Amino acid sequence: MTVQAVIEQEKLAQFEAKIENEIKIEPNDWMPEDYRKHLIRQISQHAHSEVIGMQPEGNWITRAPSLRSKKILLAKIQDEGGHGLYLYAAAETLGVSREQFISWLHEGKAKYASVFNYPTLNWADIGAIGWLVDGAAITNQVSLQRTSYGPYSRAMVRICKEESFHQRQGYEIMWRMMEGTKDQQRMAQDALNRWWWPSLMMFGPHDTDSPRSEKAIQWKIKRESNDRLREKFINKTIPQAELIGLKVPDPELRLNEDGTYQHGDINWDEFYAVINGNGPCNKQRLQHHIKAHQDGAWVRETAAIHQQKMNNHGKH
Amino acid sequence: MESTNDQQGELYEVFIQSKPGQSFKHAGSVHAFDKNMALQNARDTYTRRNEGTGIWVVPSKEITALSLEEQAYFVEPSTDKIYRHPTFYNLPEGVKNM
Ligand SMILES: [Fe+2]
Ligand SMILES: [Fe+2]
Repeated sequence: MTVQAVIEQEKLAQFEAKIENEIKIEPNDWMPEDYRKHLIRQISQHAHSEVIGMQPEGNWITRAPSLRSKKILLAKIQDEGGHGLYLYAAAETLGVSREQFISWLHEGKAKYASVFNYPTLNWADIGAIGWLVDGAAITNQVSLQRTSYGPYSRAMVRICKEESFHQRQGYEIMWRMMEGTKDQQRMAQDALNRWWWPSLMMFGPHDTDSPRSEKAIQWKIKRESNDRLREKFINKTIPQAELIGLKVPDPELRLNEDGTYQHGDINWDEFYAVINGNGPCNKQRLQHHIKAHQDGAWVRETAAIHQQKMNNHGKH
Repeated sequence: MESTNDQQGELYEVFIQSKPGQSFKHAGSVHAFDKNMALQNARDTYTRRNEGTGIWVVPSKEITALSLEEQAYFVEPSTDKIYRHPTFYNLPEGVKNM
């Protein structure tokens, strides 16, 4: 073995020992190339999801039914923008620039959560998103607080602190509608019917069809499997639905003896179609992001010139 | 404009003081084109819920950090000086307020 190979092997052993002993990996630490690549993909996908996720909700800001609900929705969406920033910053520590992440998104090389490619048709959808989509995201993010990469873990801790208001505001909307007129109840049920399955898909393919998951769990990037997280989400969400008189749109749903639920088959064809760009709003979401980015270009250009001038004057 | 030529400013590290009298703690980072913008971005990004009253922003490139190779021996001298800790000392039975 060459000296170089011996050194590499020693570094790998040190890395694996840290993972084993729950010591976080930090940006300057040595890490296997595949570990870095997996993190770059996962964290940037997560960041894009936060930012693209602002669009379906943003659709209802101007039509929120009261000043109270408008203020809440604005604050919620602003948080999501913040979540995107925490995550981009965490991803940048792996040696890829913010500009590069954005351009990969625009070129269609990076993905984001497929759930955000569905339209928000009426106000009840805002309730369903907060309750279900944020609820699913929280389940995933609580688990990711223990991820092995330090900056990702710290971003998750910060995000989880902010998320619980998101889910509550959504559930409150659903509850109020279920306390309202027959039409409002129908709207709430219809929103649940449309958002339930896409929310379950947020956890990704079944463990048996998720080839990358094994390595990610071995490296403790992910701490729990897709199916395990999905099950946790279902178990806590169904009693919440029942409490306010909503019915989960799954005729095969059964309560197991141990108190957990058995769910019907997920439509994976739909999942892959949406992930691969053929959902109802994929084009619109990406176009909107590109347009907003281009519309802001003059601001960045002007600011960059300002920065250059300040540097040339020797004062920073 | 080609997006890879796009510029999003420089990286700043953000430190937040949660209450007057407390130490400033690293909160994360922001992009900005000058220090005032860095402060504003830090406020919007890291203090939306009274997380702090004081904010410092520092250009990331100005931070000097211990390199990984140096780490072990650089911090090592402090481990064998146990007499720096109060628990090292024997005291007579019954001594108070010490
Ligand atoms: Fe979020
Ligand atoms: Fe959220």
